[in-house]
Amino acid sequence: MTPNSRNQLLCLIALIITGIFSLSFGRVTISPADMWVSLTTPSNSPHAIILFELRLPRVLLGMMVGATLGLAGAALQGVLRNPLADPGVIGVSSSAALGAVIAIHFGMVASWSLALPVFAMTGALVATTFLLLVSARDSSVLMLILVGIGISSLATALISLVMNMAASPMSLRDMIMWLLGSLQNRTMTDLMMAMPFILIGWFMMIGVGQGLNAISVGEDTARTLGINLRGLKLRIVVGTAISVGAAVSVCGSIGFIGLVVPHITRVLFSREPGAILIPSALMGALLLTLADVITRLPFAGAPLQLGVVTALIGAPCFLYIVFHTRKDMR
Amino acid sequence: MTAYEETGLHITNVNLTIGDASILKNVSATVQPGEIVGLIGPNGAGKSSLLKSILGLVKLKSGTIKLNGHALSAMRSKDRAKLMAYAAQGSPLHWPLNVERVIALGRIPHLSSWQKPGDIDKTEIEKALDVTNCQHLRGRSVTTLSGGERARVLLARTIATGAPYILADEPVASLDPFHQLQVMEILKHHARSRGAVLVVLHDLGLAARYCDRLILLHEGRLIDQDTPDHILNAQNMTNAFRVAVSRWTDGKNHFLSTHPLPKGIPA
Repeated sequence: MTPNSRNQLLCLIALIITGIFSLSFGRVTISPADMWVSLTTPSNSPHAIILFELRLPRVLLGMMVGATLGLAGAALQGVLRNPLADPGVIGVSSSAALGAVIAIHFGMVASWSLALPVFAMTGALVATTFLLLVSARDSSVLMLILVGIGISSLATALISLVMNMAASPMSLRDMIMWLLGSLQNRTMTDLMMAMPFILIGWFMMIGVGQGLNAISVGEDTARTLGINLRGLKLRIVVGTAISVGAAVSVCGSIGFIGLVVPHITRVLFSREPGAILIPSALMGALLLTLADVITRLPFAGAPLQLGVVTALIGAPCFLYIVFHTRKDMR
Repeated sequence: MTAYEETGLHITNVNLTIGDASILKNVSATVQPGEIVGLIGPNGAGKSSLLKSILGLVKLKSGTIKLNGHALSAMRSKDRAKLMAYAAQGSPLHWPLNVERVIALGRIPHLSSWQKPGDIDKTEIEKALDVTNCQHLRGRSVTTLSGGERARVLLARTIATGAPYILADEPVASLDPFHQLQVMEILKHHARSRGAVLVVLHDLGLAARYCDRLILLHEGRLIDQDTPDHILNAQNMTNAFRVAVSRWTDGKNHFLSTHPLPKGIPA
């Protein structure tokens, strides 16, 4: 077994253990033994209801969203050859959030259950397409970061505008809670709605490793190695938009996972951009599951919002990365 | 068409325009197996554009480029990649990858998306490490390499493709004299043993010393292609490079020096 596959296995084991802990942890503690009973003998016991109706969707969704953010972060950093890229920094997440807030504002969520994911994904797609058009002209690190900040600021400004015009305190509250990101009260329906899009996004991004490795020696050289660059960029941009859009549409905006995870996997697994795709998905799932456990720790009185926890952990990591990767960015 | 005409790289009446600018004007040239051919000309003559045209990185307005009788434009990109490798000018290295992994990128044309390198790939990587004298660097991170080491590693990546034809864009730019000679020796060895080399050079002394033939471009036009002795004459130097040239020999080595024309160089 190579060190890489050993580490992946360890990461997977850690993910499963954290998942089981997350399932058992909460106002009502369910021991792994009780879990086994609920799993093997179907019943309507309170334990079974809490487990299947409340905690399992939450844990599975957290894993899927974390994996999506980690994978998209690794793919974007690879294709943009920029260690500071992630769906949040380049404005994809906030554009998805803008789409979702618009859907909430116009009350479309009530009449059409797919309104939120569809609007969120459209927002993400618009932002990524714009970014792609810019990068076709000038793919310098500085340009992409600046354009990303621009998109992100514009989306945030428009979100504020929509909130400013909110029809009722209720819809305003919906928007705020949604923007802070949460896995609370998510059901199997939410999971099932997001899953197809997330899986399509994964499917598009997971096979780009070879292209990402090739592009690390320059776009022209990658093309002369037989890599279809247009296809590579399209898969990553559309894959990110669909999967992150779907993730944001059910969980709200969750920052910093996509940014920080690839840096962790680069240290633990490999420096090759193509070799850290699956490890980043595993690590993203692990970190988000852990963060979700933290939101339920009793110290805050009220349950914390997930986006708050990931940002609190992620922002210092972000600063650390900025100070320690300056020589790689040039 | 004779057999001779079918082998090698044949560039015929190539026109390239970018926007309104005409970059290459009816350029025709050849590179035969075993040859090392220098592509020379002043800045903006179209040298890099001609390399990119051959590699299919830019879309031609008209003209054909054939390799061993097959039109390159009709080939699948991975098939073309197995025949021609590109050493880009000042090739960027975006991540602190290991030298060995960078060289392994050269095997991409031979692997499908999920395929791991096999024995043949490993042999080719070892060969590339050997001929470029990079064995001792294999575990190093590319970001820690000196300019000369980096040039050799990038050349090794090109050689590891196993492609018979190497197209190199100013591979000796910003290298000291020793490393310039080292890179040229590696290219010459490749041309003699495995295929052919087309190399963009600004150093006319190196071009005269190492190249079998030179292709001289000026303002997008082919001025001439011939042996260095014929190309590096006073007329070509004055017209294309706007400099005078002196050449002499001590019987063993050939020397070339450029200096201002009698009317001087405007500041």
